[in-house]
Amino acid sequence: MSAPKTISEKILSAKSGRDAFAGDTVVCDLDLVIGTDASSPMAIDYFERMGGTRLFDANRVVFAFDHYAPPSSAQTAAFHDRVRTFVGRHGGRLHEVGEGISHQIAVERGEVLPGDLVVGADSHTVTCGALNVFAVGVGSSDLAAAMLTGKAWFRVPETIKVSLVGERAPGVAAKDAALALVAMVGAEGANYHAVEFHGPALVKFTLEDRLVVSNLAVEMGAKAAIFPGDDVVAAYLAGRTTARGRPVTADTGARYAHEIVLDISTLTPRVALPHDPENVVTIETAAGTPIHMVFIGTCTGGRVSDVHDALAVLRRGGGRIAPGVQLVVTPASREVAERLTAEGVLDELAAMGATITTPGCGACCGTSGVIPGAGTNVLSTANRNFKARMGPATVSIYLGSPAACAAAAIAGHIVDPRDLDR
Amino acid sequence: MSIVLEGRARRLGDNVNTDYIIASTRKRDTLDEQILKRYLLETVDPSFAASVQPGDLLVAGRNFGCGSAMEIAATVNLAAGIKAVLAESFARSFYRNAVNNGLIPVECDTSSIREGDRLVVTLSDGRIAVTTNGRTIAARPLAEFMLAILDAGGLVEYIRAHGGSLVS
Repeated sequence: MSAPKTISEKILSAKSGRDAFAGDTVVCDLDLVIGTDASSPMAIDYFERMGGTRLFDANRVVFAFDHYAPPSSAQTAAFHDRVRTFVGRHGGRLHEVGEGISHQIAVERGEVLPGDLVVGADSHTVTCGALNVFAVGVGSSDLAAAMLTGKAWFRVPETIKVSLVGERAPGVAAKDAALALVAMVGAEGANYHAVEFHGPALVKFTLEDRLVVSNLAVEMGAKAAIFPGDDVVAAYLAGRTTARGRPVTADTGARYAHEIVLDISTLTPRVALPHDPENVVTIETAAGTPIHMVFIGTCTGGRVSDVHDALAVLRRGGGRIAPGVQLVVTPASREVAERLTAEGVLDELAAMGATITTPGCGACCGTSGVIPGAGTNVLSTANRNFKARMGPATVSIYLGSPAACAAAAIAGHIVDPRDLDR
Repeated sequence: MSIVLEGRARRLGDNVNTDYIIASTRKRDTLDEQILKRYLLETVDPSFAASVQPGDLLVAGRNFGCGSAMEIAATVNLAAGIKAVLAESFARSFYRNAVNNGLIPVECDTSSIREGDRLVVTLSDGRIAVTTNGRTIAARPLAEFMLAILDAGGLVEYIRAHGGSLVS
């Protein structure tokens, strides 16, 4: 009998046909290959230079138009046409402008399933780890090789075990837990490693909560960020797809690089200060910072529960957005937008003065949607606050939970959302 | 395979993310590296790109290339004539992209290297060494698969040489 394995070791063993452990190099069969409008044009160049004439399996290659949604220039429109022409010739599934962010669609539509191995040419592909998937971000050349061969090579990563314990206090979001974890681990603390989630508090993390946590793991360098294939995963899939995948849990006695215990009962709201996601402080440290744009969206904070959290705070504030604050809401996908539309939420937000934009990446990396003005401060539900990330280098980006963002929209400055009605 | 690179050290700090190497907003406007190289590292230092000479070697601190996995952040260096990056550590996606394009990532102790120092980077028999100021700094060896890709001249050439496959 083989030695006990982590989730990553199990998935990479299954996909390579070897008994693989951390440190081994393996060549694996891929279940899904994902490109975006930002990475696929270059990947198509590589694919053609590699001598590619056909996809390894047109049913396992997906492209999503999310970074330039909608295209706001002739060049970004040309990027889209390049990918459309490629799909017309070679096949592959195309998610057009407005369908949403690549990995969000993959999770919603059952394109990825528990136990799968996925590469995506978008660093936030790790988000799919919430669904018990070994999902890893790659560049355009690895995407091209995957499109052509259906394979990728990996060094099987060591795993950091993160145990979630304690009861989460009201008003503390998954984003606060994720930011706290990034601060604990640091910007490169999980580099080359997989992160695996355990602990008694796991069951209290909904699938949407888990997507937030897996998503932010790449800001500590993680190669993959995997939740176990438990009842929360099964419940999410039920009603979406009849497929169940091959849920994976870690073996007792699996070897970990080290273990981190995150007691969520001690957490309070957090924000990340400019210009690195690891610059995390408790929100009172930043309280009073004037905010000019509030952005609720992205693959971190643009899902239904995020917008619900924000709306609850906005309602508590009387729905009156502070003068001088621009509130921008970008649903992560069409499904999210349709649900919020059916509930009347988007209409309610628009009536408050919010700008609602096309589902996709939106303003996150300055490639579509609203560009903040020079010298302004932004509070965002996104994952990255690098200098010039959203456009001008003089913009200061703060990262927080949807509730913290909504509270700032009401107050005009950073404030603990739990203090808003005091 | 044996490669010897000689050049001038260009010092950078820790956590230089790929958006700092080349901004997403620049990449939105063109994928032509000959144009994009004018904006190399502009967020770190707007005058940097104009001061780059072919043969220069980037020397950074920890976690070079973190953030987005965008490949243009590797290829834009090559367009500017930079053939290797030395850093205390690299983000994994940048490291992979660099190797796939023939940009050599050298993981070593860079603390003693100063702006403008003359460097000699030697890659021979899978081992990398950096010589500067009369002393040699050992670098972490490249994984076998990565050496094979570098040896082929990049991932495109590697795959072509293997008949469109990742494995022989």
